[in-house]
Parts: sequence; C-alpha cells; structure tokens
Amino acid sequence: MAVSEEEVRHVAKLAKLELEADEITTFTKRMGELLDLADQLSTVDTIGIPVTTHGYPLKNVMRPDVPEPGTDRELLFKNVKAEIKDGMIRVPAILDNEVEGA
Amino acid sequence: MSKYNETLKSLHEGLANKEFSSVELTKEAFKRIDQTDSKVGAFLALNEAEAIKQAEAADARGYQDSNVLNGIPLGIKDNIITDGLTTTAASRMLEDFVPIYDATVVSKLKEAGAVNVGKLNMDEFAMGGTTETSYFKETKNPWDLNKVPGGSSGGSAAAVASGQILASLGTDTGGSIRQPAAFNGIVGMKPTYGRVSRYGLIAFASSLDQIGPFTRTVTDNALMLEAISGHDKRDSTSAKLEVPQFSANLTGQIAGMKVALPKEYFQAGVSQEIQTAVRKAAQQFEEMGAIVEEVNLPTLSYGIPAYYIIASSEASSNLQRFDGIRYGYRAEGVNSLDELYIRTRSEGFGMEVKRRIMLGTFSLSSGFYDAYFKKASQVRTLIKRDFERIFNDYDFILGPTTTTTAYNLGTKVEDPIQMYVSDLLTVTINLAGVPAITVPGGFSSEGLPIGIQLIGNYFEEAKLYQAAFAFEQANDYHTKHPNL
Repeated sequence: MAVSEEEVRHVAKLAKLELEADEITTFTKRMGELLDLADQLSTVDTIGIPVTTHGYPLKNVMRPDVPEPGTDRELLFKNVKAEIKDGMIRVPAILDNEVEGA
Repeated sequence: MSKYNETLKSLHEGLANKEFSSVELTKEAFKRIDQTDSKVGAFLALNEAEAIKQAEAADARGYQDSNVLNGIPLGIKDNIITDGLTTTAASRMLEDFVPIYDATVVSKLKEAGAVNVGKLNMDEFAMGGTTETSYFKETKNPWDLNKVPGGSSGGSAAAVASGQILASLGTDTGGSIRQPAAFNGIVGMKPTYGRVSRYGLIAFASSLDQIGPFTRTVTDNALMLEAISGHDKRDSTSAKLEVPQFSANLTGQIAGMKVALPKEYFQAGVSQEIQTAVRKAAQQFEEMGAIVEEVNLPTLSYGIPAYYIIASSEASSNLQRFDGIRYGYRAEGVNSLDELYIRTRSEGFGMEVKRRIMLGTFSLSSGFYDAYFKKASQVRTLIKRDFERIFNDYDFILGPTTTTTAYNLGTKVEDPIQMYVSDLLTVTINLAGVPAITVPGGFSSEGLPIGIQLIGNYFEEAKLYQAAFAFEQANDYHTKHPNL
C-alpha cells in the first residue's frame, strides 16, 4: 500500500519523532515497501479466527494485597539528568502563557 | 589454555581439582578478549575489576558438582540489565545508563556463582539481523572478518565462537539467538515463551522476546538454560512449571522419535548448500532410528509480514518510555515538554529503530488497526495452529535456521526488506511461542558455518536437547573453530 508524505508526517507526529525533509522522502518509500509486504496478509482468510496477542496465555495474574517497600527514590533518580527539586523531576513547562514562570 | 577444547563441565572439573582457579580462568578470558576483540568487536563494556572479585568469591566458596557454573566467566547481551554496569542496548538513548538492579537471569547466574566478564554488542534495541545497527561499534564474524556475525545478538555469538568465553546470554525476538548461532557455528537456544523470566530485559516486543544461551556444545547449553529458567514473581508471563534438568540423560538415544520435515523449507530462497545440509541431517536422524516424514507448513510465508507488524507495533509502544525524563538521553536547550520528547527521541534513536516505531505506530493508528495489527494477530493464530497440528504427531521439526550463510558487512543494513525476509525461517517460532535450537550443521564451500534448526513443542526443551545432542555426537562440526 502506498502512503503519502503527509501520512508519514502524521505518523511521525504520533510517534513523537521529527524527520528531516529527505528522511520523510526515504521513510515514505520504505513504509510503502513494508506495507506492500504486509499486504500479503490480506489474502489470508481470517474470518472467525481469534487474535493471538501473547506467547503465553494468562488470565488475572494477582498477588496478595500486601504492601511491599518500593525502590529507594535516591537510587531511582541516579539516572535522571534533569534538575531534581523536592523529590520531583523538573521538566519544561507543559502550559505556556508566555509569562516567565508560567 | 585454549577454550576451544573446553566445556563448562571440563572447566568445572579443572576448578574442582585445583588445576586452576577462577581468578586465573577469568584473567585468561580477559587476555583472550584483549588479543582478539580488536578484530571481532564483540564487547561493549568490560567488567574486569568486578569480575575478578566475583572470581575470588567463587574460589572462596569452593566447587561442588551440583553447581557447574560456579567460577565460570561468561558474557551478557547489552539489553539485559546489570546492577552497576552500563547497559546501553547499543543505543545512544542509553549511552550512559547504569542500572540500579539486576535482571532476574543475571541474579540467577550470580547465585550460581558465574563471573560476568562484560556486556556484548547487539543491534540497537535488538532491532536488526547483523549487529550493524549498533550505535557504538561493528562486530565481525570470527570465521571471516568481512562477514556479519548475524543479529541481533551478534556480540554474544561472536564472543563464544572466537573462544573469548564459553557461554553467553542473548535474546531472541524473531531469530536473534538462532540466526547468529548459525552464522557463527555454535549452539543457540530460544526457549519456550515463558520458560525464562524477562524481568530486567529492555523490551523490544514483549509477546515475542525470550532470553536464551549461546554455547559451543549442546550439554553446555542445557546447563545454562537450567540455571536461568523458572517462574519469577516479578514477571507474570513466566511459566509456573517445574524446570527439568535439561543436561541429564543426554544419551544420544533418539530411536523412535518422529521428526517432521516441512516441504516449505526447501523452496527458492534457501541456498542449495543449506538445503543439502538439512537433507543430510534428516538422513542422519533416520540412521539413528528416528522416523523422518515430510509435512506441510503452509503458513510459513505469512511469518515475515505478521512478525514485522506485531513486533513493530509492540516496539512502538515499549519505546514510548524513552522520553528524556527519568533516564536515558535528554535533548538540551528545549523550550517545551513536547519539544523535549520529540528532540530526545529523534536524536537518541537510530534509523532502524525509527523505522520500526513508524511502522508500528502506523499499524496501530486509527483506520489501519484492523487491516494491519488485528489481521497480523489473527494470522499469528493460524501459524500457532499449524505448529500445534504438527506437534500432535511429531516430536520435533527439523529445518534450516537461515536462508544463506553469513553475508558481507554492509550488504543488507540499508535495505530493510532484504534484511527482514532473511528471517523467514525463524520468526514463525516466536509468533507461536514454541522453543527452537540451532546446532552446527556443517560448512559451506566458503568455509562458513551452516546452522540446523530443531523446533519443539511447548516446554519440551528437554526433547530438543536430546535430539540436538544426538546430532552433535554424530558429527564433529562443533569441534571446528575459526582461526583468529
């Protein structure tokens, strides 16, 4: 199935990836080829066939509702590169009203 | 000490008889790595100071026959996390990531007293078939340094084949243990899905990934799988089943076993030399008293498209966690949270990873889900049924592992379709979740190893080891080694 550059841009946006203009062209071509490969599946009769989503079918795996200590926060933060303040990771503002500190 | 003539058992005996210590053995492994790794490029990180401490502890504990792995140096694929030792999954995204706990398989090996000499190169996030998508370095096939070692566990396979270590761990999502085992002339086992805990494995495609061992012999492989198998309360998908002693009763007796030989394995695309090697193996099994019959495996050709849709979809979901916040690469100088996510991911992931995230995101997106992800998951059911049908009548399936022997570096990495279709003979096994083992099955006219694949029913690894051992004993392929 052929895909358009616009569709590739949309998928990149969903995947939180930024592609350069030449990468968009390459991805569009490659995605088309991969989907041509995938389209072989459309010839298989799957009417009434259930889906398999896992290698080992399991249902309702539960453990007793007993509190256990979690991982130490200092340890968890060892790989954090951002500034840590009061036990929280500082990230760029989610809402921006163009006022400093918003 | 040449490790080519050693096995885990013979090293254990040497340790127990005080012919050498684990410290000496471990230093010997680092010496061999020092001599050969500039050519092969198997290791991403060496754990020398810690390994010597582990070896000293093993020597202090002493050696019992009930624990063959005590004091044995081995290596771990770099997508399996190791407490205090850099684990990168061969990605810029995790370039300086130092885990704060061990994967369950690593804990189990530590409990057994094994010595971790270091982390092994791989395709980035286990995506690739050549180890060329690694962000850090190229690994080469020790049999011919111009050839790929296979992937994604290329480092794990090349380290064993080049005699640096006797055993390593790899992971197999669509063939990433069996294919490099075939390209390197060693033994590689992809256990039944659920046999080995995935806790602490950096996920690629959660419903397909399994951890398994690389070794030079079948018995060594069985010993390694015994050590890492079993239910783990931290991985609810690990099976609550007793772990058999896979290394026991490797007698070579397989008379009466029924072997299925799918006709589809002898089609265009599988090289003549490999087809001949499999036919010869079938004949040897018959001579050993097994009953070999041709069967049909009609869903084989749907494996590649179903696999790439499912694996990429799961990868796109699993890799969402790499956003620059809690760990991993973080883009600098960004102004918004969205920009942080986008720049981090765009700069941190390599091209092959991006390609799979894009395909997966597309397959799961509104309007395409039914035609791609759902359809592939239904075809997966048909593939599973195909294997179940065969295992109603047969003990194992015999076939090739790869369509060709190892090819030249640089020939397929830029052409994903060409790279993907070369996984034809391995991916369906992961989709079904059954176990499969690659054992050395001969050499091509170029002198490159050929792998034979034995596929078993769910949780019947013991039977696979029994058959693989019989085949190994009937041949001397496992005694050959590359000249480095």
